[in-house]
Amino acid sequence: MAQLFQRRANGIANAVIIGGVLLFAGLCGDIFTFGRSDYWTRVDEPQAQTVPFSHQHHVAGLGIDCRYCHTSVEKSAFAGMPPTETCMTCHSQVWKDAPVLQPVRDSLQNGTPLRWTRVHDLPDYVYFNHSIHVNKGIGCASCHGRVDQMPLTEKVQPLYMRWCLDCHRAPEHHLRPTSEVFNMGYETPTNQIALGHALINQQHVAVEGLSDCYTCHR
Amino acid sequence: MNQQPWRSLDEFADTPEFREWLHREFPPFASEWPNDVNRRHFLKLMGASFALAGLGLSGCTRQPLEKIVPYVKQPEELVPGNALYFATALTLGGYARGVLVESHEGRPTKIEGNPEHPASLGASDVFMQAEILNLYDPDRSKSVLHGNEVTTWDDLLAVVAAERAKWTANAGTGLRLLTGYVTSPTLLDQIAALLKQFPAATWHAHEPLAPLHATTFYDLAKADVIVSIGNDFLGPGPAQLKYTRDFASRRRATNEAANFNRLYVAESTPTNTGARADHRFALAPQALRDFGLAIAKGNAHPKSSATVLDDLRKHAGKSLILVGDSLPDELHQFARAWNQPLQIAQTTVSNVKSFAELIRDIEGGKVETLIILDGNPAYDAPTDFEFAKKLAGVPLRIRLGLHEDETSALCQWHIPAAHPLETWSDARAFDGTATIMQPLIEPLYDGKSVHELLAALTGNVLTSGYEIVRRFWQVQHPDDDFEKFWRRSLHDGVVAETANPFQVLPAVSPNAKPEVEKPANGAVELLFLADPHIQDGRFANNAWLQELPKPFTKLTWDNAALISPATARRLNLANEDVVELKFRGRSVRAPIWILPGQADDCVTVHLGYGRTKAGNVGNNLGFNAYALRTAAAPWGGSGLEIVKTGEHHPLATTQQHQSMEGRDLIRVSTLAEFAKSPEVIAHLGEAPPTASESLYPTVKYSGHAWGMAIDLGACVGCNVCSIACQAENNIPVVGKEEVARGREMHWIRVDNYFHGSPETPRIHFQPVPCMHCENAPCELVCPVAATVHSSEGLNQMIYNRCVGTRYCSNNCPYKVRRFNFLEYDRNKFENAPVLKLLRNPDVTVRTRGVMEKCTYCVQRINRTRIDAENQNRSIRDGEIVPACAQACPGQAIVFGDINDPQSRVSRLKASPLNYDLLAELNTRPRTTYLAKLQNPNPELKEP
Amino acid sequence: MNTPEHPVVAPGYDSESVTKKIADVVLIRPVTRGWLAGLAVAFALLMMMNFAIGWLLMRGVGVWGVNIPVAWGFAIVNFVWWIGIGHAGTFISAILLLLHQDWRTSINRFAEAMTLFAVACAGMFPLLHLGRPWVFYWLLPYPDTMGLWPQWRSPLVWDVFAVSTYLIVSLTFWYIGLLPDLAAMRDRALRKPVQLIYGIMALGWRGSARHWKRFEMAYLLMAGLATPLVLSVHSVVSLDFAVAIVPGWHSTIFPPYFVAGAIFSGFAMVLTLVIPVRKAYGLQDFITLRHLENCAKIMLATGLMVAHGYITELFMSWYSDDQFDIYMTLNRMFGPYWPAWWLLMFCNILVPQTLWFQKVRTSPLILFVVALLVNVGMWTERYVIVVTSLHRDYMPSAWGMFHGTRWDWMTLIGSFGLFLSLLFLFLRLLPAISISEMRKLVREKAEANK
Repeated sequence: MAQLFQRRANGIANAVIIGGVLLFAGLCGDIFTFGRSDYWTRVDEPQAQTVPFSHQHHVAGLGIDCRYCHTSVEKSAFAGMPPTETCMTCHSQVWKDAPVLQPVRDSLQNGTPLRWTRVHDLPDYVYFNHSIHVNKGIGCASCHGRVDQMPLTEKVQPLYMRWCLDCHRAPEHHLRPTSEVFNMGYETPTNQIALGHALINQQHVAVEGLSDCYTCHR
Repeated sequence: MNQQPWRSLDEFADTPEFREWLHREFPPFASEWPNDVNRRHFLKLMGASFALAGLGLSGCTRQPLEKIVPYVKQPEELVPGNALYFATALTLGGYARGVLVESHEGRPTKIEGNPEHPASLGASDVFMQAEILNLYDPDRSKSVLHGNEVTTWDDLLAVVAAERAKWTANAGTGLRLLTGYVTSPTLLDQIAALLKQFPAATWHAHEPLAPLHATTFYDLAKADVIVSIGNDFLGPGPAQLKYTRDFASRRRATNEAANFNRLYVAESTPTNTGARADHRFALAPQALRDFGLAIAKGNAHPKSSATVLDDLRKHAGKSLILVGDSLPDELHQFARAWNQPLQIAQTTVSNVKSFAELIRDIEGGKVETLIILDGNPAYDAPTDFEFAKKLAGVPLRIRLGLHEDETSALCQWHIPAAHPLETWSDARAFDGTATIMQPLIEPLYDGKSVHELLAALTGNVLTSGYEIVRRFWQVQHPDDDFEKFWRRSLHDGVVAETANPFQVLPAVSPNAKPEVEKPANGAVELLFLADPHIQDGRFANNAWLQELPKPFTKLTWDNAALISPATARRLNLANEDVVELKFRGRSVRAPIWILPGQADDCVTVHLGYGRTKAGNVGNNLGFNAYALRTAAAPWGGSGLEIVKTGEHHPLATTQQHQSMEGRDLIRVSTLAEFAKSPEVIAHLGEAPPTASESLYPTVKYSGHAWGMAIDLGACVGCNVCSIACQAENNIPVVGKEEVARGREMHWIRVDNYFHGSPETPRIHFQPVPCMHCENAPCELVCPVAATVHSSEGLNQMIYNRCVGTRYCSNNCPYKVRRFNFLEYDRNKFENAPVLKLLRNPDVTVRTRGVMEKCTYCVQRINRTRIDAENQNRSIRDGEIVPACAQACPGQAIVFGDINDPQSRVSRLKASPLNYDLLAELNTRPRTTYLAKLQNPNPELKEP
Repeated sequence: MNTPEHPVVAPGYDSESVTKKIADVVLIRPVTRGWLAGLAVAFALLMMMNFAIGWLLMRGVGVWGVNIPVAWGFAIVNFVWWIGIGHAGTFISAILLLLHQDWRTSINRFAEAMTLFAVACAGMFPLLHLGRPWVFYWLLPYPDTMGLWPQWRSPLVWDVFAVSTYLIVSLTFWYIGLLPDLAAMRDRALRKPVQLIYGIMALGWRGSARHWKRFEMAYLLMAGLATPLVLSVHSVVSLDFAVAIVPGWHSTIFPPYFVAGAIFSGFAMVLTLVIPVRKAYGLQDFITLRHLENCAKIMLATGLMVAHGYITELFMSWYSDDQFDIYMTLNRMFGPYWPAWWLLMFCNILVPQTLWFQKVRTSPLILFVVALLVNVGMWTERYVIVVTSLHRDYMPSAWGMFHGTRWDWMTLIGSFGLFLSLLFLFLRLLPAISISEMRKLVREKAEANK
C-alpha cells in the first residue's frame, strides 16, 4: 500500500512540536510586557481637559506654588482640586475674555463645577494619603514627574503596586528634606542613600510599618 | 456556678433527625431560584459570566478614565478628604440622646454619642446607630400627597389658611392635634401658642409604649442594692446609656469590692437587666406582681422576697426598687417613695389630653380636623379603639410622617416629614438637659419639620425651622450675648443650665391602668413587650435593626411567641411551630420560640411586627401583636389560649446552640471567691502554652502593638457594638434567607449562653470580634497571602487580594470571619443609589467572593497615626477608638497599645481577671476578656 | 498469588487475533444504539453541569450550601473523591509494571484513561470552589505587577503543584503507552482520513527495533516517575485538612490513610467500569475473572488499611483526652449527621469484608455492587470529614448546619457526565486494551506453554 506520509512529515512534526513550545513562551512574554506597557498603564498619555490647563505655564512660567491650588495636600489624603473661585482670583483680571477660559467663567456664573479628567487614578481599594508623603519628605515630582514641564498633565509612573513597594521597602532612595518637597527641579544628591537614612531619623519615618498591607489597603 | 452545662435545646426537640436530615438534603428547587431573574436575563448574564470567568475581570480592559469634580465655591471650614463633626440630638419616645454626626463633604455617614450629653455620655444605643440608615431610607415619603395625588406644600398651606379662617371664627372648635411624647421646648411653646390662639382646640398625645410611670429617673450610680421588678432599665429607653454606664461603674472588675452593687431581678421574660442580675427570679406576671407586693407590704414571704427586702432595708436610702410598666400603681407609689433620695426631680405639664379622649371625641363627632404629627396610631393604637375605622369619621385629616404608612393611608393629606438630621429642632434628655438639633444636610426629599407645620397652623410669619427654633431660644435668652450662647449651645450639643427640674408630659396612653385579676388555674398568661430592636414598630423599615440578632433568641427579621422549655414540653410545642394565640376574643397566629429563663405558663410577644405599610424592608415581617392588645389590658394578662395549627414558620437565628458544652469560653466567678484568691479565674480554664513549648520564636513588636480587652463584667448585651461596627465598616445586610443559611455578616457578634438548668439558667453575654491572634491560624493557610500580620500585630485582611478559598474561615477557631457568598453589596437592601451616600469613604465596599472581618477599625488607626506623624508626635492612649468601643455604654471594650504598660488596655490585661479565649490553642489572641464577677447575697442560695 | 485457574488471557489467541479483536472494537464495529444512548445520557448530564456552573459564576458560590462555619462543601468533597479515584490508573500501570505483574496488561490502558478523566473532573472543582475563580492564577508563582508571590505555607499552593504534576505525568505516560497501538490502528484503518489521524497521533511509529528499545526505556522511566506520585498526590491533598487546626482534620494519620483510601476507591471505580465494559464488548477473554479477582484483593487490602485509619482516629481522639476532639468524634457518630457516618462505616468497612470469599471475588455481578457501594462510601467519607468537622468546632455559638443545594448536587452528578462522556468517546476512538502489550503477553504465554 502507498506510503501514508512523505519524508518531510518528520520535519513538519518536529517543527510543529518546537514551534508550539516557542509560541506558548512567546505569548506569555507578550502578556507580560503588554501589561507593563505605557499603552496599558497610560503613562506619557496626556489627557484632554475641558480647559487645556498648562502646569508648565503656571508653575514654570509664573512660578505658582503647588499648594496655591492643591490646598489640602499637607492636611488631607486628598491633595485638593482648586475650586473655580481659585482660578478666577487671577482670571477675573488676566485673560478675562480668553475663549479657552469660557468654561471657567461659565462655571462660576452658573455654579456648575468644572469636570477634569483624572490623570492619576488609583484603584478604589487603595487609600493613598498625600499629607503623610509630603510631610515625610516625598517630593511631588517623585510620583508626578516634572509637572512644571507638562503643557498637558500626564502620568509618568505606572502606579503599579510593585512600584509603590519599591519605595515603601526602601524609602531612603527617594526621601528629600521636607524643605525640598515642592521643588520641581530637585536633583537627587550623590550621597542619596546616606542622606536618605539620615532623613528617616530626622523626619521620623516609621519604616517598619511601610510595607504593611493595611498601610494602603483597608 | 458549678452545675453541669446542659445540652442544646435542639436535643429536646422530638422531630426525627434523620427525616429532617434527608429532607434538608434535598431542598425544593425554588429555594435557590431567585425571583428577580427571568430566563432571558439568566442566559445573558450567564454568557457574560463565562466571558468574565474566561478572560479574568481585572485583565481585559484598560482602566476607564474617571472625572474629578472640584467645588465652585469651597466652604472654608471644609478640607476635602477630612471629615467634619456636628453636635445634635436624636429622640426616642420624645427624649433626646445627644449625638455627634460625622460628615464627609456634606453627607452624614456615621452617628456617635456626644460625650457632653447626659443621656449619651459619648456612648450610643442601637437606635442612634441605625438612625443614619433611616435618613437615607429609599422608602421615605418624597412629596406632599392629597389622597393619592402628588401636590405641593403650597397647596396644603392654602387649605390650612382656609381652615384657619374657620378656626378664628369658632375658636378652633373641632381642631385636634395628635402628637407622640414631646419634650421639644420649641414645639411645646408652639403648641401652647396654637391652643392660646384657638382655645377650643385640644392637643392629644399617644405613645403605644409610653411608660405609664418611667417618667421618673434615678441616680443608679449611688445605689448599692437595686431591685428590679419587671423593669428592664438596662434595656432600650431614654436613660439606657446613663443607667448602663452607672451600673457598669459599680461592676468594673478593676474596682475594689466595696464598690460593687447588687442586683435582684424578678421578671417574666429574660431581659438585658435580668441577664446581669446576681439573683434572677423568673415569675409569670401575676406571680411577679405578688412578689412585688410582698416587698411593698413588707410581709415576709415568699422567702426570696423577704431576703430581698432585708437587703433593701439594710441599704435604705442607698437602694432602688425599679418597677415595670405592667405592674399595679400601688407598687409604683411604694417604689417612688422608697427611691425618693435618688430621684431626679421633675414636674409635669397639664395642657395635654389623652388619646382615649380623642377617640371619644371622634365617636362624638366633635372632631372636624385632626392633625397627626408623626406616630402611627392606625397601626399601634389599642385594637379595641378601632382607630383606623373611626378615623374615617373625621372630615379633615392631615398627617406629617417620614413614611407613607398605615396612618397616612387613612388621611387625605400626607406631608413628608424632615428627618431629625435634616431639620432644626430641639429636645430634652431624661434629666431635662436641652439640645438644639441642627441639620447635617438639606432635606433629601423636601420634607417639613413639625415646627414648620405648627408655624403654618398658627399663621406664624417665621416659616423656616431655623428661624422658629432660633427665635424661641432668643426669647429665653433676651440678653445681648445671645449669639455667643447660640453658637456655644450648637457646638456643645447641650444648652447650658437646662438640666432638671423640667416639665415633662404626664404619662400618656395606653391610658387605662392594667387591671388586677387572679389567673384561672393552669391558664397561660400573655405579656406584651416592645421589640428589643424595632420597638413599637417605628424602626420596622430599618434593615440594620431587623438583621441585628435580638438578645437571647438571636432571632432576626421576625418576632415570635416566647415560651419556657417546661411549658413547651407541657403543650408539646417545638421551635417554629405556628400556634394561634387566642386572647379575650381576639386571636393571632405566631411561631413559637422556646426560651430558657422564660417564666412558665407565660407567653411573651414582641410588638412592632406585622407592618403592612412600613416600606420594602419592613412589610409583612412577623406577626402583629397589637391585634391582641386592648386599652384595658395594654400589657397582657391571664386567660391566653394556645392552639397548635400544625403549620411551620421558619425563623432565622444567628446562634443555634446556646450551651457552652462545658468549655471555658466565658469565665464567671463571684466577688467573694475572687476576693479570697484572684487565681480563681485562671483555674477556671486552661492556661496558654508557655513560649518554650513552641518550636517557633515569639515575635517582638518594636513599635505599637494594638490590643483589646473586653470586660464581661461591664457588658450588658445591648448589641450596640454589632450595629456600630456595621455602620462604620459598610457591612451589608443579607436578609432573612441568607441569615438562615448561616451567612450573617456582623464583624462583632454578641454571643449569648445559657448555663445551669433550662428553667433558671444563668445568662451570659460575650462580644466576639476578631481576636487578631499573634499566631493566627488563618494566616498560614491562605494561598495568596490575603491575610497576613502587620508590624503592629494586626491580623490584616486584604479584600482585593482575596480569591475566596474560605480556608481561613475554616481555620479560625473563633469563626469571626465573614464571607461574601453572593453579591451582597448589590442585593435588594444595598443597591438603592441613595445608599451610596451612606458609605464610609475610608472603608472598601467588599465585592462578592471575598472574605472580610474585624480590622480593629484600621481606618481609624491609620487616620490617627497619620495625624500624629504629620504633627511629629506619638499617638496618645485612648486616641484611637474603634467603633464598637466608642459606642459601648458600659465602656466594656477598651482598645490601645499593649506595648505601653501605662495604657488602659495594658492595665486591664494585667488584671488577674484577664483571660484568653481558647487559650490552649496557643493562638495568643490580642483581644482578651476580663472574667465576669457576680455579687450574690450569701443568705440567698441559687438562683 | 493463587494458581491461575483463571488465566490472565483466555487460550487460543495469537498476535493477529488479539490485534483484530481489540482494534475492531474501534475500527470495524458499527456504532451501537447502546453506545449512542450511553453517550447521550452522559452528555446530557454534562450539559446540566455546565448550566449549574453558569449559574454559579453568575451568582457566586452562595448558590451552594456553603456557609460560616461550613465554608467548604461539595466542591472540596468532590475534588478529593475524584482525585482519589484517579489513583488506580497510575497504580496499576506504573507500580504493577515495576512489579512485573502481567495481569495488569489488559486493564492498564483502561485504568489510565479513567485516571485522566477523573483528574480532569477533580481539577475543575478547586477552581469552581473559589469565591473569585477569575483570579485563580494568583495561586501560581509568576512575576506580577504587585510584587507578590503565593503564600508557600498554604497546602492549597502545594495542591496546585501536586495535581498539575500528576495530570501532566499520567497524560504523558498514557500517551507514550498508546504510540504502538496508534500505529497499529493506523495500519489497520480502512479509510484514508482515519489512517491520517491515527498516523499523525502515532508520531511516525514504525515499530523498528530502535523504536521499541527507546519506547521500553521511556515507558519504564515514566513508570519510575509516576510511582512516587501515587503516594505524593493524595498525601498533599490530605494535608489540606491535616495542616488545619479543625478537630477531625488536625491529624498526622491523614496522608497514609488518604492514599490507601484513594487506591481503594480507585480500584472500586475500575471494577465499576470494567465489569460492564468487558461484557458489552465481549472482552471477557482478555479481562478475565483473574483480573477482577486481583482488583478485589487489592480493594480488600486497601480497605483494611482505611479501616485501620478509622479505628486509629477513634482511638486517638479518646487517647488525646482533648475535649474538642472527643466531642467531634461523638458528634460524628450521634450528632445531626450520624447517618452519613454510619453509612460510610457500612460501605467502607463492612461491605469489603465480603471480599474474603473467592465466590464474591469471582462473581462479576456481586463485585460490581460491592464496588459501587465502596464508591458511595468513599464519597461519604469525604463528606463526613469536611462537613461534620467544620459544622461544630470550637465555639458553640458559631455552630451551624450544612445542606447541599440543588446546585451542589447538579454539579456533582454533572461531573459524572463529564467523566462518562470522555469514557464513551475513549472506548470508540482508542484501543481500550493495550494491543502491543497483549501481543507480547500472548507470545510469552505461548512460549511458556511449549
